Amino acid sequence: MALSAELYYLIPEIILLSGACLVLVLDAVLGKEQWSFTYTLTQLLLLATAGAILFVDPGQAVTVLGGNFILDPLGVLLKVSICLVALPVFFYGHDYNLEHGLHKGEYYILGLFAILGMLVMASAGTLLTVYLGLELLSLSLYAMVAMNRDSRMASEAAMKYFVLGALASGMLLYGISMLYGATGTLQLAGLANAIAGQTDNTLILTFGLIFVIVGIAFKLGAVPFHMWVPDVYEGAPTSVTLFISSVPKIAAFAMAMRVLVDGMQPLAGDWQGMLIILSVLSMIAGNVIAIAQTNIKRMFAYSTISHVGFLLLGIIAARPAGYAAAMFYVLVYSLMSMGGFAMVILLGRKGKEADLLEDFKGLSERSPWFAFVMLILMFSMAGVPPFLGFWAKWFVIMEVIRAGFPMLAGIAVFFSVIGAYYYIRIIKLMYFDKPLEMKAIKSSRQMRTVLSLNALSLLILGLWPPLLMALCLKAIGL
Amino acid sequence: MLENYLPILLFLIVGFGLGIVLFVLGYFIGPNRPNPIKGSPYECGFEAFEDARMKFDVRYYLVAILFILFDLEIAFLFPWAVALDGIGLAGFWAMMFFLAVLVAGFIYEWRKGALDWE
Repeated sequence: MALSAELYYLIPEIILLSGACLVLVLDAVLGKEQWSFTYTLTQLLLLATAGAILFVDPGQAVTVLGGNFILDPLGVLLKVSICLVALPVFFYGHDYNLEHGLHKGEYYILGLFAILGMLVMASAGTLLTVYLGLELLSLSLYAMVAMNRDSRMASEAAMKYFVLGALASGMLLYGISMLYGATGTLQLAGLANAIAGQTDNTLILTFGLIFVIVGIAFKLGAVPFHMWVPDVYEGAPTSVTLFISSVPKIAAFAMAMRVLVDGMQPLAGDWQGMLIILSVLSMIAGNVIAIAQTNIKRMFAYSTISHVGFLLLGIIAARPAGYAAAMFYVLVYSLMSMGGFAMVILLGRKGKEADLLEDFKGLSERSPWFAFVMLILMFSMAGVPPFLGFWAKWFVIMEVIRAGFPMLAGIAVFFSVIGAYYYIRIIKLMYFDKPLEMKAIKSSRQMRTVLSLNALSLLILGLWPPLLMALCLKAIGL
Repeated sequence: MLENYLPILLFLIVGFGLGIVLFVLGYFIGPNRPNPIKGSPYECGFEAFEDARMKFDVRYYLVAILFILFDLEIAFLFPWAVALDGIGLAGFWAMMFFLAVLVAGFIYEWRKGALDWE
């Protein structure tokens, strides 16, 4: 293929990169008064990128640029979801930044570059492209966490995130170098072929695999590589926590799919075992430690960790149907997590964050509708039917049973019951406790509308789960 | 297999040898007239007789980071310029795009005042 024909498939990334540079320059030239303009432009750019991805969608797997870039149905669905999930995320973030005096153009610009990194990861055809996208994503996130420069907590969180993230990147690169040494290729497809043909040199392959999995587990936030998650979630401004907790999870799933499934499916027997350990530990630690939290951002952090454990179940199944279930899970999770943090943003006011559990006390008296919205979100996270979160758990647990791990399914069910406690505790606080103050909730009409739609989508899509599942199955190729 | 490493061994021997020879030559042949000023510790830009853990201006970092960024860009430009014959129009425009991205960053740092010392 000629270069111009190959670049055709990169149009979405090119649009996003050029657009992000344009936003950067406009933001710097126009100055302080125009930050809402930066925000509007960011949203338009994301829509344009999502449109471009659908426009160039080849409908089958196409590999360009010497195997570095793959555009297949999996990549298309994940990339479009990343762009579309980022739209409401930036919307909520905009609301928060305005309210808390963090209204800076950098939030959107760094966010755009992070999304570019995610798109690159989701389309990676070689281990190097995976790494390139990952670094672009991570570096943008480190800077975003430190965005509130006057906050000690934020600086500390950014520092921890950066140091641990750099360590994880180093581990990942070390693993990649091992894999390259053992197989002589960086291409994911070539890697799978080389592994399938190799029987004698598996020790070094397994060794490389371990390090690669450490890298992936860190990015997902799976136990025992979860240490950064609570501190970063709590320390970062809520608008940034909202971003970190939703969009990059989709990208981390894409990375796991590319590296483990596209690149190392023949080693599935090895990585299944490692992922089972990560998954079980994440479900235990996430759900149990979350009970002890009084800060809701920290609680959501541990809840994320436990959700990652569930997400891994789908990958552990090591079959296409399992991957589809995991994909369903990550998409549903990003919707739920986004809504949860949006509620924290909604209740917060100028100069004061509503990030303690007690801020939710008596919410049903202050605003019955938003108490109901939070109820939907919490029931969905806990996995109560008919909300979407129930189906996400249902599908991964079913897949794990079909793949022959009934014990694992039992553990998952057990810990999702334990996890239900701290979600339902919030519902109890909202409906059965007296409010600390009776102030009405101040927010814009758009904020109310988007948040309500966000929560209602969990209910409506939950009533007919095959709708979203069909998309996931199609993307996996079933 | 092992003979492939012979050049590396030679390189190590020559490298260490050269280092040792120069050091020894300098020690024996070079003039040695110390005085208190020459012998005192020296550090660029700072008073050297303080606690090493002192506060110093974050602007040093900023300048250093910006310098590295735009200095590294040159490292990409030289091989590009030499190979321009072989890589054709695609290579030319790739570099132009790279430079355009850099210019966007440059405009940003300029407008944000990163280049003003005061």
